[in-house]
Amino acid sequence: MIALLKRDLALATRAGGGFGLAVAFFLILCALVPFGVGPETSALRPIAPGILWVGALLSCLLSLDRIFALDHEDGSLDLLATAPIPLEAVTALKALAHWITTGLPLVVAAPVFGILLHLPGQATGWLIVSLLIGTPALSMLGAFGAAITVGLRRGGLLLSLLVLPLYIPTLIFGTEIIRRGAEGGDPTTPILFLAGITAGVMALVPFAAAAALRVNLR
Amino acid sequence: MSLLAVHDLAVARGGIRAVEGVSFTLDAGEALILRGPNGIGKTTLLRCVAGLQLAVDGRIEMAEDSVAYAAHADGLKAALTVTENLRFWAQIFGGGNVEQALTAMDLTALADRPAAALSAGQKRRLGLARLMVTGRPLWVLDEPTVSLDAASVERFAALVRAHLAGGGAALMATHIDLGLGEARVLDLTPYRARPGRPPGRPAGFNEAFA
Repeated sequence: MIALLKRDLALATRAGGGFGLAVAFFLILCALVPFGVGPETSALRPIAPGILWVGALLSCLLSLDRIFALDHEDGSLDLLATAPIPLEAVTALKALAHWITTGLPLVVAAPVFGILLHLPGQATGWLIVSLLIGTPALSMLGAFGAAITVGLRRGGLLLSLLVLPLYIPTLIFGTEIIRRGAEGGDPTTPILFLAGITAGVMALVPFAAAAALRVNLR
Repeated sequence: MSLLAVHDLAVARGGIRAVEGVSFTLDAGEALILRGPNGIGKTTLLRCVAGLQLAVDGRIEMAEDSVAYAAHADGLKAALTVTENLRFWAQIFGGGNVEQALTAMDLTALADRPAAALSAGQKRRLGLARLMVTGRPLWVLDEPTVSLDAASVERFAALVRAHLAGGGAALMATHIDLGLGEARVLDLTPYRARPGRPPGRPAGFNEAFA
């Protein structure tokens, strides 16, 4: 199973693997917002948590269709389905590989981009915490959407339509953590809700994604 | 104990029955070649045996995790080298000698080349070398010799023969002569499904969204 994770990481970091795409998109978005709404702290500070989370979410969405589509095209998915690893583990590992190559760089880059949006210094810690807890759920839900649309040509739009509503709870609680952190309030409640969502998603979605894959391979 | 027993199998492609009433058994050391015109359902039947598709009717009996499947797509990653591709599948299937498989399909000289730089025939040879590292007894092969030259077809026949001698079995769909004189041939033409008969099981939701 480690072999599958290693292969996906190697593929993502080699030429044409799309590593860094999410961070680049995130940077573009965070750099453009001050041009759009004006560079004043009073304008940027209230919307910074929302922009950061929406940016992370959209960057994550960008590479979702690659999770299964590439393996489906070259036949690896058929072979993985006949391999001794259960499909549930395959989906979980591929979501994990997606998180390591997409979610984790976002977590690392977000504090820097927070400066661009005049995010208060005391909220930076909460930004990291919220992304660290929330982004695994984004990758896992994305793997589910990718599993549903795997056989479709140009399935990207359908994938976004399917996945975005599922991202809304994560987005709401993720931004709430940063907003409360920025105002000096107590973010425990939204953290617990976000952690609960992520835990539930990680426990249940691999099975749903594997079931969707089985239907699609038929 | 036979490695594979198929009883009265009916398979459907796109909701329409392709072949029906197919029965055969495959013992260790045996090879069976499926023949028939295009579209009769050879690929569909092989996918059913490999467990990638559900049969419409009939039974397939075999030990769990005994199939190594190879189809038109070789499952290669262009960014990985020949050795990395093969080692990945060896690890996924739990062991298997990569060096030996490379030698058997004459890929040693290409071992460090990225799969993107291989020709179609070389890719196919790598796809077939993968069968060796799976360690599975039953090979299910769909047109294994596509884009192989004469020498490689011979090498492939030797590979299959060695697999059979080692207690394995092979089920193949192919149009060309592999030089495997001992292989049985099953012509699917008489099993073509008669039109107008409803599928054995209700199509259900999955079929509607397929």
